[in-house]
Amino acid sequence: MNEDIFSWNNLLFGIYPYVCLSVFVIGSWVRFDREQYGWTSASSQMLSTAGVRWASNLFHIGVIAIFFGHMVGLLTPHKVFLMIMPDIAHQYLAISLGAVFGALALIGGGILWVRRYTNRRISVTSRGSDKFILSWIMATLILGLTTIPVSIGHAGHGDPRVVTAMAEWIQSIMYLYPNPAYLEGVDTIFKLHVFFGMTVFLLFPFTRLVHIWSAPIGYLTRSYQIVRSKKVKYQSR
Amino acid sequence: MKIRAQFAFVFNLDKCIGCHTCSVTCKNTWTNRKGVEYVWFNNVESKPGIGYPKQWENQEKWNGGWTMDGGKLELKSGGRFSKLLNIFANPDLPEIDDYYEPFTYNYARLQNAPLSEAAPTARPLSMITGDPMEKITWGPNWEDDLAGEYAKRSVDKNMDNVQKAMYGQFENTFNLYLPRICNHCLNPACVAACPSGSIYKREEDGIVLVDQDKCRGWRFCMSACPYKKVYYNWESGKAEKCIGCFPRVESGMPTVCSESCVGRIRYNGIMLYDADRIEEMASVTNEQDLYEAQCKIFLDPNDPEVIAAALAEGINEDWIKAAQKSPIYKMAIDWKIAFPMHPEYRTLPMVWYVPPLSPVQSQIDQGNLPVGPDGAIPLAGTMRTPTRYLANLLTAGKEEPITTALNRLIAMRSYQRSVHVEGVADTRALEAAGITEDQAKEMYRYLAIANYEDRFVIPTGHEEERLADAHGFQGQNGFTFGNDSSVGISKISLFPRRRKESMEPAELAPSADKS
Repeated sequence: MNEDIFSWNNLLFGIYPYVCLSVFVIGSWVRFDREQYGWTSASSQMLSTAGVRWASNLFHIGVIAIFFGHMVGLLTPHKVFLMIMPDIAHQYLAISLGAVFGALALIGGGILWVRRYTNRRISVTSRGSDKFILSWIMATLILGLTTIPVSIGHAGHGDPRVVTAMAEWIQSIMYLYPNPAYLEGVDTIFKLHVFFGMTVFLLFPFTRLVHIWSAPIGYLTRSYQIVRSKKVKYQSR
Repeated sequence: MKIRAQFAFVFNLDKCIGCHTCSVTCKNTWTNRKGVEYVWFNNVESKPGIGYPKQWENQEKWNGGWTMDGGKLELKSGGRFSKLLNIFANPDLPEIDDYYEPFTYNYARLQNAPLSEAAPTARPLSMITGDPMEKITWGPNWEDDLAGEYAKRSVDKNMDNVQKAMYGQFENTFNLYLPRICNHCLNPACVAACPSGSIYKREEDGIVLVDQDKCRGWRFCMSACPYKKVYYNWESGKAEKCIGCFPRVESGMPTVCSESCVGRIRYNGIMLYDADRIEEMASVTNEQDLYEAQCKIFLDPNDPEVIAAALAEGINEDWIKAAQKSPIYKMAIDWKIAFPMHPEYRTLPMVWYVPPLSPVQSQIDQGNLPVGPDGAIPLAGTMRTPTRYLANLLTAGKEEPITTALNRLIAMRSYQRSVHVEGVADTRALEAAGITEDQAKEMYRYLAIANYEDRFVIPTGHEEERLADAHGFQGQNGFTFGNDSSVGISKISLFPRRRKESMEPAELAPSADKS
């Protein structure tokens, strides 16, 4: 940690990540426990189908790929990564995959965003949080895509330091030895993207994003028919 | 053998006058809310017509129900894996305009409009956007009494293999009303298609329900139901469907739609069936055998073996007695005059229909219809409503069972006419139709008189059996612990949802001074 414990860098990249993660976990838990009725994908496809098939698929596939890309790319310990590829190759891989899936998400999300604000039926029936969170995600995405040219610039000079610093920082957060100093020399655009990205987790429990927790993987192995009895099961103490 | 009881229905189409009392009482009871303005758990369609939502019977378009896929029963819209692949956008989902855009009228303006030369008008307003609508072009019953162009109405799937050109001529038109609710199927496609497992069939009475807490709005149930009787509440983001009026049924009352039916066409009762044979019977290769297959799944409630097995399964004696008195069993099995709608969807639906006859009797009396040697039963295929059409609707196109049923209905009338008009019982028509005099008398009682206690044989839900240990729960009945019924004191909610105990205006109409 920095000498000045209340520096912006410490607050934003040493403390704020934990605020976001705590709210993300506890908020989701509380909502799941208390507010199941509001726990839904809140699909608007029924009100307007036009373009949804392309847009929604592009957006979801793009975002999911980006999420797992970040997880693998940033949370894999540096030593392990070095066994597979050098840092600069890692950076080029991140740039290319990020550009491809970022573009998919941008196209799909862009269509969805325009639809949400300009399609009268969708716009009127949207909750404030629906519009806000989509806009926020799009802003995060655009910031993320804006980092790509900067990252290409670094890579062009054979300098992988920014990517390694970001990975070290996020690992310091996730493995509970927070060291915001890693981000001190990093370009502002990266910091901005990180701030927007962390905030998505902060907002998560209060928006429709909670449906992500409910990805119905269990359906693959479930029997088709479900029969439930009205009988109250005797609860053992 | 795994015996289960099913709360089932018969609708006697012969007596339906298309008054929509069922729809209105159901709507007022269950779906008069924001988000479900377009939803009619019960609706009545004029047939031939494309119905609500448009062309719901065309499964090439909607991919509803089940199909035989390489000898195996599979959802027509695709199996589990394809569901997950399509989860971000359901390719078979109806849009609101396939139902209709719900509307109200700006009634407030009639009372609040400033003084003017011309009388104020109440313009239609969309109940989704609140915007004025220039012209209303579709509704839940747009084809009422054969309204609209025949060319458009005859797209009706049941007109397949029917001579469309002939029935388009004014002298040959036919019309029947088709009241529809959820079929509470034995092999429900909506349950199977639900990725989150929120839809379930109740073990006790077979009513199919959506768990509102577990539903995540993946909306595959909507497209998988071939009857399009699962709806999406756009306000809550959850699926909703006919609940079989279970709070009423559990207390021994008929459903609201059945109770309020002025034509007395609706019957509620219990059927016992063998749950182990569901898959076998839904998998019969030939579509036209599905009606008979479904008949085989039902168990005879008077058979001592069945009674013993039912008791062993924990089915209450009340329920077995109700099954013995079931009007559904009489009509579907004893008399064979009721049929499941579209058995070819392979969901084994449990709302059965008596095919309509009218106005054949008056045609016979006037000597306009060719009749058989008994002088009462018209020759097959000479009735106004083509048998083919009814067969497409009720038996996957197999005409023989429909003809038999229609002949029995006519024979019963012919017999009663002889008793009441001529004073001499003439049983020739009965013999030709293959029913006994006693059966004809009973049919008359159930179909023509249709007393309340004959139409509705509903055992109560036996709340006392719901609890594993009644003693352990004594003194707690009627209480919920925790925050179940509390709405809190804060005006705003932390999580996005509809605010509780806040009045949601039913009318979106703005006050006149604003418009």
